[in-house]
Amino acid sequence: MTIRPDPTFHATAQLAMQAPVENYGFTVMLSPDGAQPDGIAVIDLNPKSDSYGSIVHQLLMPNKGDEFHHFGWNACSSSLSPLSGHAFLERRYLIVPGIRSSRIYVIDTKDPLDLKIHKIIEPEEVFAKTGYSRPHTIHCGPEGIYVSTLGGGGKDGTDGPPGIFIMDCETFEIIGQYEMDRGKQDKHYDFWWNLPQDYMVSSEWGLPPQFENGIVAEDLLSNKYGHSIHFWDLRRRKNIQTIDFGENYQMALEIRPAHDPKKSHGFCGVVVDTTNLQGAIFTWWRGDDGTWQSKKTITIDPRPEKPENLPPLLQGFEAVPPLVTDIDLSLDDKYLYVACWGLGEMHQYDVSDPMNPVLTGKVELGGIARGTKHPGGGDFAFGPQMVEISRDGKRVYWTNSLYSTWDEQFYPGQEGGQMVMAHVGETGGLELEPDFYVDFPKGYRAHQIRLEGGDCSTDSFCYPNV
Amino acid sequence: MELDTSTMTALWGAVILSGFYHGVNPGMGWPLAVSAGLMEGRNRAMAKAIGALAVGHLLAMLAILLPFSMMTALVNWQKEIRIGAGALVIAAGIYLLINRRHPRFLSRIHPTKLVLWSFLAAMAHGAGLMLVPIYLGICGVETADGGHDAARELMGQNIASAVFVALAHTLAMTIAGGVIAMAIYFYFGLKFLSRTWFNLDVLWASSLILVGCFGIYLAFEGH
Repeated sequence: MTIRPDPTFHATAQLAMQAPVENYGFTVMLSPDGAQPDGIAVIDLNPKSDSYGSIVHQLLMPNKGDEFHHFGWNACSSSLSPLSGHAFLERRYLIVPGIRSSRIYVIDTKDPLDLKIHKIIEPEEVFAKTGYSRPHTIHCGPEGIYVSTLGGGGKDGTDGPPGIFIMDCETFEIIGQYEMDRGKQDKHYDFWWNLPQDYMVSSEWGLPPQFENGIVAEDLLSNKYGHSIHFWDLRRRKNIQTIDFGENYQMALEIRPAHDPKKSHGFCGVVVDTTNLQGAIFTWWRGDDGTWQSKKTITIDPRPEKPENLPPLLQGFEAVPPLVTDIDLSLDDKYLYVACWGLGEMHQYDVSDPMNPVLTGKVELGGIARGTKHPGGGDFAFGPQMVEISRDGKRVYWTNSLYSTWDEQFYPGQEGGQMVMAHVGETGGLELEPDFYVDFPKGYRAHQIRLEGGDCSTDSFCYPNV
Repeated sequence: MELDTSTMTALWGAVILSGFYHGVNPGMGWPLAVSAGLMEGRNRAMAKAIGALAVGHLLAMLAILLPFSMMTALVNWQKEIRIGAGALVIAAGIYLLINRRHPRFLSRIHPTKLVLWSFLAAMAHGAGLMLVPIYLGICGVETADGGHDAARELMGQNIASAVFVALAHTLAMTIAGGVIAMAIYFYFGLKFLSRTWFNLDVLWASSLILVGCFGIYLAFEGH
């Protein structure tokens, strides 16, 4: 507890954009075969520093096989509402779950160059207190820290639906399940919310047997992955509406609401449309009658390719699907970044009019049957995947791994972890920085990035822009 | 009489001051009024939110003060009641000093239900309790002035004082919070929100202990 609110908490997204720029990034280090412990790498992001663009510190865990994926802060700008009652938390701890082990680490970043493990929550405790497994996305909010999970109970995580659980934001004790009435929700992936408007949106990937040992082609072709998003009354913890995009829209993953809480819209990325292999973005919004609506506003076409250049999984299709695996929205709600992990492209759309996005920038890097090199000369394994935007919207960082077993299926034989950065032009556009290329230590892949002081997929703001 | 007048002034001063103190604390809700104004883009929405926060706070004050005003009818037990009340307020202060956690149920209230939130937030933080020793002090001075009123009359008078104390306190709180909310809304902007926010938890709990001790002192002094 502090005397003043943490200086990295901002009342509005606008104020967060004007705050000092990031000096460090924290990126997941994943050992895909579990041969080494997973960890967090600290990357120097200060261009004036001698060690700019390199890993300056790393913290490895005491266990192996956790499979780090997403992670998040213990506290963010959401603390600046009197309603939450915890204005004096520090943005200090990273909550890092293992999606294979269900173990959760709380990592102290007080000194970014000397990370320490503050607490470890063992899987048994997660299972016993929540009935869920495979913890994934972290958001800090009104009741503490919210953690989404990908699995229910039992060995293979199919005993009961997955959901969200809440942790105490000071002691990091697990409190229990979030949902009081989950309605139709039976799968889970991402979630986010609008705090003053009191709604939450959640999405669906698939159940653990559908992803842990690799993508299940039969399930995909028979449309058995998630294709719905759920709207919740956040504080009453009740599912109030489910929107089914249509069963061909397989894997509705990242939820990105507008950062300005006055707006009632957002986006959701769909990995693949099984009728034509397109990637898709849906815009969702609240209609005048108060019900939720959605519309497909972006489609990205697959690229025809000779079968001999394709991995066995895709040979029958003779095409490279875009595979929209991550999206991220800049704090001014202007640009939506869309990672096309299959094509090997990062797209930038102007979404000032959320119903009519316009493609304003594109970078090619990696990709199936293409393998575009980085302008600095380095290789880029796989394709652009987890993307994070600086608070001021001028720099876009991304890494390359999707998920251990899926990487092998779409990019057989490839290996490596890379993190890169692109500059955003004054009027849009995207250009890779040749001097920013972080090659991860041998045997490690890279996944989610968190920026010191908050980023564009962390903070929820309680006050509208003016 | 000389002493009684100055004591009375001091006690009413304390009622008003504690109102300002509650009002300027962002934790008591004025940022929610700014948020309401900005969310709806109308000044009226802010005024309405300030009003809702005031009603909730007033109800919380009355919920605590009225039971005590009933008890003052037990004229023979006055001293004991006041010592007991002082001890209760001290205990609440010590509890808040040891347990710095904010109750999680408050964060489950819908952001537009500001009357309910303001009421529960004031109750949870013992905002009404802070007024009890001051209020009993005021009743004590009045009793000393009035002499030998019948119990029934005395109680009526004390209920009226409870309402006045709650009203005066809430008015002061609303003015303080309202002025800050308007200053931020119209002139300074939201970057001042985090600059005006101080962690008052320890000061708050200490104030309760101090006020409780003061109440016990007054009981022994005979006011």
